[in-house]
Order: sequence, then C-alpha cells, then structure tokens
Amino acid sequence: MSGRASEIASLSLEHLEVVALAVAIAAVIALPAAVMLARRAAWRRWVVGFANLAQTVPSLALFGFLLPLPLIGGIGKRTAVVALALYALLPMLRNTLVGILGVDRTVRELAVAMGMTARQILWQVELPLAAPSILAGLRIATVATIGGATIAAAIGGGGLGVFIFRGIAMLDTATVLAGAIPAALMALVADEGLEWIERRFAPR
Amino acid sequence: MSALLEIRDLRCSLGGREVLRGVSLEAGEGETVVLLGRSGSGKTTILKAVLGLVPISGGEILFEGRPMSEWPLIEVRRRMGYVVQDSGLFPHWTVERNIGLPAVLAGRAPEAVVERTGELLEMVGLDPREFRGRYPSQLSGGQKQRVAIARALAADPPLLLLDEPFAALDPITRFDLQRQFLGLRRRLGKAALFVTHDIREALMMATRIALLANGALDVIASPAEFLEARTAEARAFLASLEETWRLDERPRL
Repeated sequence: MSGRASEIASLSLEHLEVVALAVAIAAVIALPAAVMLARRAAWRRWVVGFANLAQTVPSLALFGFLLPLPLIGGIGKRTAVVALALYALLPMLRNTLVGILGVDRTVRELAVAMGMTARQILWQVELPLAAPSILAGLRIATVATIGGATIAAAIGGGGLGVFIFRGIAMLDTATVLAGAIPAALMALVADEGLEWIERRFAPR
Repeated sequence: MSALLEIRDLRCSLGGREVLRGVSLEAGEGETVVLLGRSGSGKTTILKAVLGLVPISGGEILFEGRPMSEWPLIEVRRRMGYVVQDSGLFPHWTVERNIGLPAVLAGRAPEAVVERTGELLEMVGLDPREFRGRYPSQLSGGQKQRVAIARALAADPPLLLLDEPFAALDPITRFDLQRQFLGLRRRLGKAALFVTHDIREALMMATRIALLANGALDVIASPAEFLEARTAEARAFLASLEETWRLDERPRL
C-alpha cells in the first residue's frame, strides 16, 4: 500500500509538472498576443479563429496529430505539453482580450488625453483593469489542463493518467480511482485557489 | 502677444462626415470660452482636436503660440486639463492616486504630489481626510466631478478643456459646482474651453460664448451681447431660455 501511496505522490508531481509547464507556455504566448491583438482588430478574427480551432479538436486526436511531427512530436512528455498548451491558449487569449477591450472608453480616452504614454496606459490602466478577466482565463485554462493531462498518459506523458489507463486495462476500479481522485482534487484546489486570487483583484 | 490657444479655420471630418467646417476662435488667460450648440454641432470635436484625439483635415491649432504639429503630443496634453461628463476616473485607483496622476506624470516628487492632492481636494470642496482613500465607486456623481476637476488642475495646466462637466448632475449640485468653478476661475485665471448645450450654463460660465451650428461658428459674443444675437440658431437657444420664465403662460393640454 505504501508502494501505491508513493506512486500516487510521484505521479501527482509529474502531473503537476506537465500542467504547470503547459499553462506557463500558453500564458507566455497568450498574454502578449492578446495585448497586440487588442490594438489590431483585423488580425483578431484570424488568431482567435485559430485558437478556437485548436480547442475543437478532440484531445486524443490532437495527440495523434502531433505524434508524427518532428521536434514537438513523438511519444513522451514534450508532445503532451505542446498539446495541452494549445488547449490552454484559447481561454487565456480570449479572456485577456475581453478584459483589455472591456476597459471603459472614457477611462481610456482620459488616460490618453492626460498624456500617458502607450506603455503607461497598458501597465497602469489596461492590465490592472483586465486583471480579473485575465485571472479567470488562467483559472479556466489550469483546471481544463489538469483534466486534459490525464489523457496525456496515452502518449507517454506520464502523470495520474497512468493509473487511469492501467486500471482500465486491468479492469481494476481501485487503480482507476487512484488516478482519478487525486486529479479531481487537484482541479478543485486549483479552481478554489485561483478564484480566491481572482476575487482579490475584483473591481471595487 | 498671441492668445494661449488659437484655433484657425479648423476643419475636421469623421467617418466621411464634415464635423467642423472652418472654425476660428481663441482663448486667453482667465477667459472661459463656452462652446454652445446642439448635439452633433461639433463642439466636443473641437476639444478632441485640441487634445490631438481626432485627426484634423484642415486649419491650424496653436498652443502657446506654437502650432500643434510642432508639439510632442504627450507633452502638450500634459499642459491641458480635461474634464468630461462622466468623470473618467480610474476605477481601480483611490481618489488620491487619481488626482495625483497628472502631477506624477509631470515628474513631481511623491511628497509634493500628496500635498498637492490635499490642496486640490480642499479647493474643490472635499475634505481630504475623508476622501483621499476612497475609490470612485464610493463617490456620488457630484463628488466624482469635483475629483475630476481637481485632477484636471493637478499639474497646474494653463488650459482647461471641459466637456459638459456638469451635465449629468442634479440641478442643485450642478448649480453648486458651477458657482465653485467660477470662484476657481477667478482665483486661478486659467484659460478654458467649456462645452455645453445648456444656454443658462453658457450665460453663467462664459466670458465669451461661441455658438456652433452644423460645424461652423454661428455667433461669437460676450454673454450680454449674446442675449441680443439675431441669428436663427441663437434665437432658438434664447427662446428656450425665455419659455421657462413664463410659467403662468404654459400651454394647457
């Protein structure tokens, strides 16, 4: 039993690692992209369209597509992280964009009229006012990625999905639950924790 | 010696519509030029053109004797105080931080900004101890406009641009702020362009009234002269003024 406990711990850790990496990559791409797109209405449709498309491909199929690709493909964690990052992209991109575009027009105009530079407006006005929406995007992406990462075990991504796939193969419910319960708990904790942070940034 | 602000033959087209068709006016120190007109007459566009918020298609704007095209936009904007109808206060900042922003942008030291904020709050009739730490959502409409005016004054700009600053207030608060603004003008001697569609407010606030009709200047006159103006648009505005005084002659339904 202690053998299973330590395996749960190590697979949970691995799971977290994959999730953290995927969400971080998605954030690093989504945030600057959203800032740029907020100023370029013409590009917005195309980029959001692509992110939408990535979202609609079933995850197992996306893993399948990525497998034969050079560099990012192959069996292993890397493919899993790439696929999960693609999934996490859309909620973060869309929420950041909605947050920035949602800044009151008068407020933005006043910022310009008072002689704030574009950089000052971005950092002092737009991003702080968009923060609740940006954080909501991060929360949605994180929770979804925790779930999605269980499927990553199918292509050698490791993590708690290993238990689930093993349990299914062995027709052993206890093994399935050894993966499913910690994954569900992880998602719940992430959801609650990030929501708590979100509330602290809520408008007054 | 030229006026602080000179607008020469200003033309402006927005979305294919000619909003301003050659407007010329000037405003000097201590002067409040009220831009009076119906909705869509182009009065707000003049303020936005002065701030460089809308592109102009002809004419020239000179600020402190220098054409706008030669001013760095950021710098010239910091020399103007702008107040709009719904305050435009930053909702995520306290009153203190909102008011202090222009002073911060002007590079004043933090202690000087705090001191200045207190001064300004008192100037617009708000107790600094009570209001410094509040957020805009914790203010009434009138208090927001007071804070917006304080903010516009923070960097001590020579020119104020006011776009219907009191239009959204109840009549009593509006009258109170109008009087206070007159007092401030006397004390500070700034030049101001003041946009309104309210003839009463125009007569009360103006040193000169510039009446706009369809993007062109219809009349420019002192309040006393304006009462005698003969153009159709001026008569229309003045008629609305007279009507309210004859309560006993109201049309009966």
